[in-house]
Amino acid sequence: MSRLLVTGSEYRTIPLACQLFQSREPLPLDCGRSLETFQIAYQTYGELNADKTNAILVCHALTGDQHVFDRHPVTGKPGWWETLVGPGKPVDTNRYFVICSNVIGGCMGSTGPASINRATGKPWGIDFPVITVDDMVRAQARLIDHLEISDLFCVLGGSMGGMQALEWCASYGDRVFSAMPIATAARQSSQNIAFNEVGRQSVMADPEWRGGRYLEVGTNPAKGLAVARMAAHITYLSDDALHRKFGRNLQNRQKITFGFDADFQVESYLRHQGISFVDRFDANSYLYITRAMDYFDLAADCGGVLANNFTGTKTRFCVVSFTSDWLYPTRESRAIVQALNAVAANVSFVEIETDKGHDAFLLHEPELFDTVRGFLESARAKRGLPALADGISGEGY
Amino acid sequence: MTAHEDRAAFASAQAMQPRIDLLLIAGMVADGARVLDVGCGTGELLKLLEEKKKVDGRGVELSQSGVNFCVAKGLSVIQGDADHDLINYPDQAFDYAILSQTLQATTRPKEVLQELLRIARHVIVSFPNFGHWRIRAQILFNGRMPMTWNLPEAWYETPNIHFCTIADFRELCHVAGAKIERSFALSPNGRPLGSRVPPFLHNIVAQQAVFLLTAGKKSKNRIENDFPMRLKADTKKPRGVAPSRP
Repeated sequence: MSRLLVTGSEYRTIPLACQLFQSREPLPLDCGRSLETFQIAYQTYGELNADKTNAILVCHALTGDQHVFDRHPVTGKPGWWETLVGPGKPVDTNRYFVICSNVIGGCMGSTGPASINRATGKPWGIDFPVITVDDMVRAQARLIDHLEISDLFCVLGGSMGGMQALEWCASYGDRVFSAMPIATAARQSSQNIAFNEVGRQSVMADPEWRGGRYLEVGTNPAKGLAVARMAAHITYLSDDALHRKFGRNLQNRQKITFGFDADFQVESYLRHQGISFVDRFDANSYLYITRAMDYFDLAADCGGVLANNFTGTKTRFCVVSFTSDWLYPTRESRAIVQALNAVAANVSFVEIETDKGHDAFLLHEPELFDTVRGFLESARAKRGLPALADGISGEGY
Repeated sequence: MTAHEDRAAFASAQAMQPRIDLLLIAGMVADGARVLDVGCGTGELLKLLEEKKKVDGRGVELSQSGVNFCVAKGLSVIQGDADHDLINYPDQAFDYAILSQTLQATTRPKEVLQELLRIARHVIVSFPNFGHWRIRAQILFNGRMPMTWNLPEAWYETPNIHFCTIADFRELCHVAGAKIERSFALSPNGRPLGSRVPPFLHNIVAQQAVFLLTAGKKSKNRIENDFPMRLKADTKKPRGVAPSRP
C-alpha cells in the first residue's frame, strides 16, 4: 500500500504501513456539502476481545496521524504518543485494542485536500469542502461501525484530539464508556483562532501556494508552511521551557553577527521545526484542519449551554490540563468540568504542574501517566474487563 | 513539602487501617448510593465507601496533589472547593453528600451546608468539637488559642477559620433548615461516646461529632440572613403564626 506525498516540489510515493477503510456511503458534512466516497487510514494495536469491549480510540491533534507508537513511515521517528501508548504503557496495548485514524482533511492517507477529486480527476485543493471536528468524528464513527464495534471502552486525545473526544461524547455518548479530553477546550478561543489565522495567512502568502492549486502545477508552499509551523510551535511551549532549553545561547558561534542569520539557538531550533514539518505535511491540510478547530464550539450546537451536550450521560470522564499550557489553559478544562458537574456526570479533573506548556501531553509526564493508568484501571473494573494477571492492576490503593 | 514527600505521606496514610470515624460515616451510607465527598483529601473515605458499600462515589478536593493522587488510584475526583464549586451541581444529584472534617475550613459554612442539602438527599457532616474541655481549658487557663493533636496549627497558620462547638452546629442546622436525623459525639479515639455519658456533657467531652442531616421543610426556600437571635425569638411564637420579619 502506498500513497503520494508531496515533498519539496515533487510527488514522492511512500509506503503506507497502515490499514485503509473505504466508505462508499456519502458522508454528509456540516457545511452542507457531502463527500460521496471517502477513505480513512488507520492503525490498530493489540487485540479486540471476543465481546468487543476493550477498544480504545486515540484521537490525534492538528499535525498528528495514525502512527501512535509505531515508527513514522516518512520521518522514521517513533510514534507521536509512544510515551503513553504501547505494551505495558498506561494505554496498554497488551490489554486494549487501540485504534487511531488519520482525520478526514488530513494528509496521511485519509481523504483530504491532497486527495484526487473523482469528479475532476485532479487533486481537490481548496475545492475540498471545509470540514469540522464533528465531521471528523462522524467519519470515525463509520470506521468504528466498519470494525463492528458497538461502543468504545475509551476515547482519548489531546488538543484537537481532546475536541474529538468531547465531540464523540456529545454526538455518540451512548457509544463511549469513558473519555479523556486532555489539554483541550469545548470551544476554540479567540486567541487560538488568531494564531491559526497567522498560520494560514503565512501559507497563503507563499507564491508557491498558487491559490491552493499547487499540486496541479507542481509547486509547494513549503516556506509559508514552515513559517506557520514555527509560529505555532512557539505556542506549544512556554516561556519557561524555552528559556530552560535555549536561554539566549548562541548557535555555533561566540558572538552575535549583526545579521539575520540564526544567531540564537532558539532560532535555529524553530527553523529546523519548520523545515522538517513540510516534509510530512500538506499545506492545504494545515488550512483545513486549523479551520476545523476554529469552528469548534460544542456549546453553540446546544443553545449556548455546554452542559446540554451531556444531559443524561453515562460516560466516565477524566479531564486533564497542564499549568503552563497557555493555548488550552486550565480554565478551559474547568469549564468542561463545570458543565459535566451540572449534569452530575462522573468526572475527574487533574491539573498537572509542569513548565512544558501545551506539548506536555506528548512528553514524559509521570503524573499524566499515573492519571491515565488510574482512570483506565477504575473504568476497566466498572466495565467488567479482566484484571491483568501479573498483579499490576491489583495493587489498587 | 515536595510532591515526593506528599506522595510518601499519602502512601503511609493509605496503608493505615480506616479511621473509626470514617467507618462510622460509611455505616450511615446505603449500598450502591451516589455519594459526593467534599474535601475528600487522599480519598480514604471514598475508597472505603467504594469497597464496602459499592457506591458511585465522587470527590471534590482543594489540594491539587490530593486530587492527582486520588485519580491515579482510580477515584473520580475533581479539584475544587466547597465554597465555590457546589453551585455547579444539579438539585438532588446525590443520595449522600459528605463533608468530613471540612466545614470549619469553609468561608461560608451556612451556604455550604445549604448547597449540600440542595444537591443531596442526605448530608453527613463531621467536624472537630471546639467545645471540648481541653480547648476550653487552654483558652481559660493559658489565654491562648488552642492547639491540639488533631488541630495542630497555630492560629495564624490554620486553614480552619470557622470553628464551632456541637451546640453551635445544632444551631446552624436550625438556621440552615436542616433536619437532624442522627448525631454522634465521638471520643478522642473516634468511637461514639457510650450511653454512660449524658447528652448534656457531649459538648464538653466529645472531640468530634458526626451528623446525618436531611433537608427540613424550610430549606426548599433559602433562608435569608436569619440571625440566630432572631430565629430563637421566632421559635417561641405559637405554631401556625408566620414569624414576623424586619
